[in-house]
Amino acid sequence: MTAQFEQVLGRYMNLDLFRRKHRIYVEEAGEGVPLLCLHTAGSDGRQYRALMNDARITANHRVIAFDMPWHGKSSPPEGWHDEEYQLTSVQYTTMILTIMDALGLDKPIVMGCSIGGRIVLHLALEHPERFSAIIGLQAGAHVDPYYDLNFLHRPDVHGGEVCAAIVSGLVGPDAPDCDRWETLWHYMQGGPGVFKGDLYFYKLDGDIRGRVAGIDTSRCPLFLLSGEYDYSCTPEETLAVARSIAGCEVQIMQGLGHFPMSEDPAKFLSYLLPVLNRIAEAGKAPRRVAARS
Amino acid sequence: MIETLAERVNSDAMLVKRGRFLSTTFLLEVGPTPWLIAIAQGKIASVTRGPFVMPSWTFALRAPESEWQQFWAARPLPGHHDLMALIKRRVLKAEGDLHPFMANLRYFKEALAKLRAEKVAA
Repeated sequence: MTAQFEQVLGRYMNLDLFRRKHRIYVEEAGEGVPLLCLHTAGSDGRQYRALMNDARITANHRVIAFDMPWHGKSSPPEGWHDEEYQLTSVQYTTMILTIMDALGLDKPIVMGCSIGGRIVLHLALEHPERFSAIIGLQAGAHVDPYYDLNFLHRPDVHGGEVCAAIVSGLVGPDAPDCDRWETLWHYMQGGPGVFKGDLYFYKLDGDIRGRVAGIDTSRCPLFLLSGEYDYSCTPEETLAVARSIAGCEVQIMQGLGHFPMSEDPAKFLSYLLPVLNRIAEAGKAPRRVAARS
Repeated sequence: MIETLAERVNSDAMLVKRGRFLSTTFLLEVGPTPWLIAIAQGKIASVTRGPFVMPSWTFALRAPESEWQQFWAARPLPGHHDLMALIKRRVLKAEGDLHPFMANLRYFKEALAKLRAEKVAA
């Protein structure tokens, strides 16, 4: 048997975030327009493994995914053992912009899922000039808590088992078994309290209902894609966001759930590729105008 | 149909193994009909139909009969396909000491999904 290496390359980045030293794991593949990908709560950048291995994407895009601090192969900062992890909107935004600067990314496309889908709405509102396009997957303006989050982090419940079991039904019914269980494995590997800490942003701090209508898509195009079987961020919730923002484009992805890029990459790409093509076509037009002027 | 739960669960060796540290009795309310389901080390020990005079249980799962019927369809519609989806829509009430339920959530999701109608071959 011959070993086959993927084209995905991983590196560790040391940088200061929130005035603390962090060691952040960053993966990337491909060349071209930077496509910065943000993973869901309690998971890590492996959710984008299929995008990084699909030539239809990587031929024209530099696909980048970092593991947030506390997630995947990124460490929590020194002192973590005596504190409670809670993600806030300010921290999340600062983290993304700082890592973009560190990587030298100039107006990337940013695509985030779930908490990543929420924060890209914040970015669309507050930092549209930093991006060439914004793609929200499973993006809603708010989710009410619907179970006791304390069960996610207590010593008499296995954190990995319960986190995966909580989200298992968020995977669509037709997802290939290998991708379904790979997606859930990432949840099983999360550190204690990390999924819960991310949900502080998702269900409490990151509520953007009152401001989402202020997003100006003339400053940065916004595309929303949501899976039909997602009951965390339902299609209705994504459609409500889309209806409140002039110029926002939205599509409900049939048969998919909350983790489209990870649970069923082939089906997801059938929805994503046309969006990336649209962004590429739109990107050509202004440059031609600029060249003539 | 609910009477078949013991046979359906106990014939799945991996599911029983996954529940080997679980022994409890819970109440399953299907509309007006209560059922007491006893689990011993991952095996369904008994399934008893109410009404009951003084039922003892650790936790209860209560939903209208129509909701359970949709959950037990061969291919449930979105929002009807998972216990947490029913809870999110506020149609499934989970009450009592929920520790055994949450600590064994995958077990309970898979055990109750055993009552789903067989999928018709395409």
